[in-house]
Amino acid sequence: MTVMENLSRRHFVVGSAAVAGGLTLGFRVPSADAATPPSPEVNAWVVVKPDETVVVRIARSEMGQGTLTGLAQMVAEELECDWAKVTTEYPTPGENVARNRVWKDFSTGGSSGIRRSHDYVRLGGATAREMLIAAAAQGWKVPPGECKAAKGVITHAATGRTTTFGKVASLATTMKVPDNIALKDPSTWTIIGKPLLRLDTADKLTGKQIYGMDINLPGMVNAAVRQCPVFGGKLVTFNAAAVEKMPGVLKVVQVNDSTVAVVANTWWRAKTALDALPITWDYGANVGVSSKTIAKDLAEGLEAKDAFIGSNIGDAPGTIKGAKNTVTATYAYGYQNHACMEAMNATALYTPDKLEVWVPTQNGEAALAVAAEASGLPVQKCDVYKVHLGGGFGRRGQEDYTRQAVLIAKTMPGVPVKLIWSREEDMLHGAYHPITQCKMTGVLDDEGNVKALHMRISGQSILAALRPQAMQGGKDAATFQGLNESGPEGAFTYKIDNLLIDHAMRNPPVPPGFWRGVNLNQNAAYVESFIDELAHAAKQDPLVFRRKLLAHSPKALNVLETVAKGIGWDTKPAPGIGRGIAQIMGFGSYVGAAAEVSVTDGKLKIHRIVAATDCGYVVNPAQVERQAEGSFVYGLGAVLYGECTIKGGRVEQTNFDTYNVLRMVGMPKVETFTVPSGGFWGGVGEPTIAVAGPAVLNAIFAATGKRYRTLPVFKHYDLQSV
Amino acid sequence: MATLSINGAIREVEVEPETPLLWVLREQLGLTGTKYGCGIAQCGACTVHIDGLAVRSCAVPVSSVTAEQKITTIEGLSPDGSHPVQKAWLALDVPQCGFCQCGMVMAAAALLKANPHPTDADIDAEITNICRCGTYNRVREAIKTAASGSQIGSAS
Repeated sequence: MTVMENLSRRHFVVGSAAVAGGLTLGFRVPSADAATPPSPEVNAWVVVKPDETVVVRIARSEMGQGTLTGLAQMVAEELECDWAKVTTEYPTPGENVARNRVWKDFSTGGSSGIRRSHDYVRLGGATAREMLIAAAAQGWKVPPGECKAAKGVITHAATGRTTTFGKVASLATTMKVPDNIALKDPSTWTIIGKPLLRLDTADKLTGKQIYGMDINLPGMVNAAVRQCPVFGGKLVTFNAAAVEKMPGVLKVVQVNDSTVAVVANTWWRAKTALDALPITWDYGANVGVSSKTIAKDLAEGLEAKDAFIGSNIGDAPGTIKGAKNTVTATYAYGYQNHACMEAMNATALYTPDKLEVWVPTQNGEAALAVAAEASGLPVQKCDVYKVHLGGGFGRRGQEDYTRQAVLIAKTMPGVPVKLIWSREEDMLHGAYHPITQCKMTGVLDDEGNVKALHMRISGQSILAALRPQAMQGGKDAATFQGLNESGPEGAFTYKIDNLLIDHAMRNPPVPPGFWRGVNLNQNAAYVESFIDELAHAAKQDPLVFRRKLLAHSPKALNVLETVAKGIGWDTKPAPGIGRGIAQIMGFGSYVGAAAEVSVTDGKLKIHRIVAATDCGYVVNPAQVERQAEGSFVYGLGAVLYGECTIKGGRVEQTNFDTYNVLRMVGMPKVETFTVPSGGFWGGVGEPTIAVAGPAVLNAIFAATGKRYRTLPVFKHYDLQSV
Repeated sequence: MATLSINGAIREVEVEPETPLLWVLREQLGLTGTKYGCGIAQCGACTVHIDGLAVRSCAVPVSSVTAEQKITTIEGLSPDGSHPVQKAWLALDVPQCGFCQCGMVMAAAALLKANPHPTDADIDAEITNICRCGTYNRVREAIKTAASGSQIGSAS
């Protein structure tokens, strides 16, 4: 069984060191004392094999975003190894716990994989390089300072002697770990900044790449689950006898107070029996909740007196009160499912002495914490083997499916259990993009300058549901992504003297989650649609209008000018074509987009989109380009195509036939400009997602004179894709 | 009992006749390159060839396939990943998460067999597979590269 060999090749036993303190579920696993390394290594980040293969350890999860390749480039840059010899592997979360969190954070979200680990990852490569050089120098009895490494070869220039990393790696592991190593100046980078091909492509084209759903262990059984379709509902009873004699069925398990599972020798048989299982639910208090009741609740919030303040500059309410020229508009952004192509799944093998879990997760340590808690075993007796994710987009940072797999496996000690959610289960039990509405009120003076802006957001808080400990006196600061008064993460780039941005929190009983782009998505749609509305009200060109407001934000202005130039803003568009433009700052980066669209007989065609990103430093420009382009599919899907609507306390859309997404025919041409200004590290997996939507919406207005404010457009208006 | 011709070999499986071909491939035969995405023939992650035509195997009961029909899965498209479509995909670094890509490759290979020089409109009409990472433009480019049979350059 090659899968078995590959996936559990390093069964790591935690040493005698005790894990201090209790587990903080979800985000941190406390440290343990160092234990013996699991395999020969120069340091935690670098293993060099005798055949010169360099294995770079990657703590973050690869889910398509290219982080695996980017992080390897950063280690390789400092290591001075031969890129052609680089491979990667995931250390396990259990190893991280046992080794005093030597790989630090495993969590992979918020476009942070590279920008929050670039320093210590590069230092890991640099440290290994110095130890390899020290080993060679010791062999030659020369000062290490006289030796240099390049492409995996160490040279002593004075005597012309050379050796290779593979030959000295074993000795290098015994060298003193150097400190005060200076990282290379960015101007000398030769691997960082190059558009290198991904390291993980070949197996994805032949079927060899193993995803969580493909795990196959000796003696493994399969589980299918059904959770109460109504949020907050409970399981009352089920008739196991009705399905126990169906082909392959092994048992029916109550997983928790709202979930039942059928275990069978194959997943198809488990699912077939589950579909036939008579289940009685208590739908609970939320059966009366619908999209209509939620919309009404949020609409009330738009006018509510109490709200959490995100940004308050000057006196916006006072300016609005006395103004003669005000513009108002109300917008809405609905629920979205991540709809990863690989539905949620996890495989668990429990014995009273050990728990092993194979799971595609964005947060290996959270998976470990959840798995340990569900099993009742101490964390030292548990480990998680990460596998490549068939999409993550934020959904796989939660571990509900991991918990279920462990709970089921616990009823069958010694038997590996693979749990796979059906697409329907995945659609009905998402961690949905939160729902909000927004009321914008702007004041223009006689010259068409913006004197005041009040942005009232009404709707759901992600942190209230998932990280209440991160709330600030009841306020969810993450709601104001891209709207902050200042800061390196997501500042409001427009300068408006009287500005109030506030949030009336309304939390419907639909579980929210971090959905690629998170709150930047709707905030950009609201701000950039309304700035466009103000520009038109002021009878000014939308680009010229924005320029004035961005005079103090040179980086934001630069991405805007870049996309304007790319789309040819200063030329007259072809007949029937409308152009739109948008910009925002989020995840530490400045992004812009410009679109050209046409609408013919109620059919929208997006001809092209130009994107620009200033993420400070670029590790792999080819991957940045792919992220920008790919993110547009996700962003435009939410703004134009799909929405999860609620009826009877449950999601109405159960599969891709009713939850439509952007496909090939709707995909515009995309040109991406990466304009790194240096000096900071911004994320790239998410920020561009937010600008595609408003650029297209503004282009639709330019083409048709119609402003679409309730999203997604195709669900709420008489407009469709070509 | 079903008798199937898969990737050039005759395979016999004990399975309920209504079981979708997808799950027979994955569970009875261990060919996990064919993916489950939706189960209702919407997403195309389960695309295989039956007698050279692209078929969404999640919606094909195994009982409807005869032993004479030749089934090709991603594992059998080429012995070593050397099919022109696979080569084009590799050179253009098409996949992101990759989960949908075996289905995309199979759909593209079938398209090119039937229509060696597809137009953009042909590609729009025939490649309706879902990719959530958003690789569509590279998929389109790779199909054209494979169709042209041109020397495939490297992106780096």
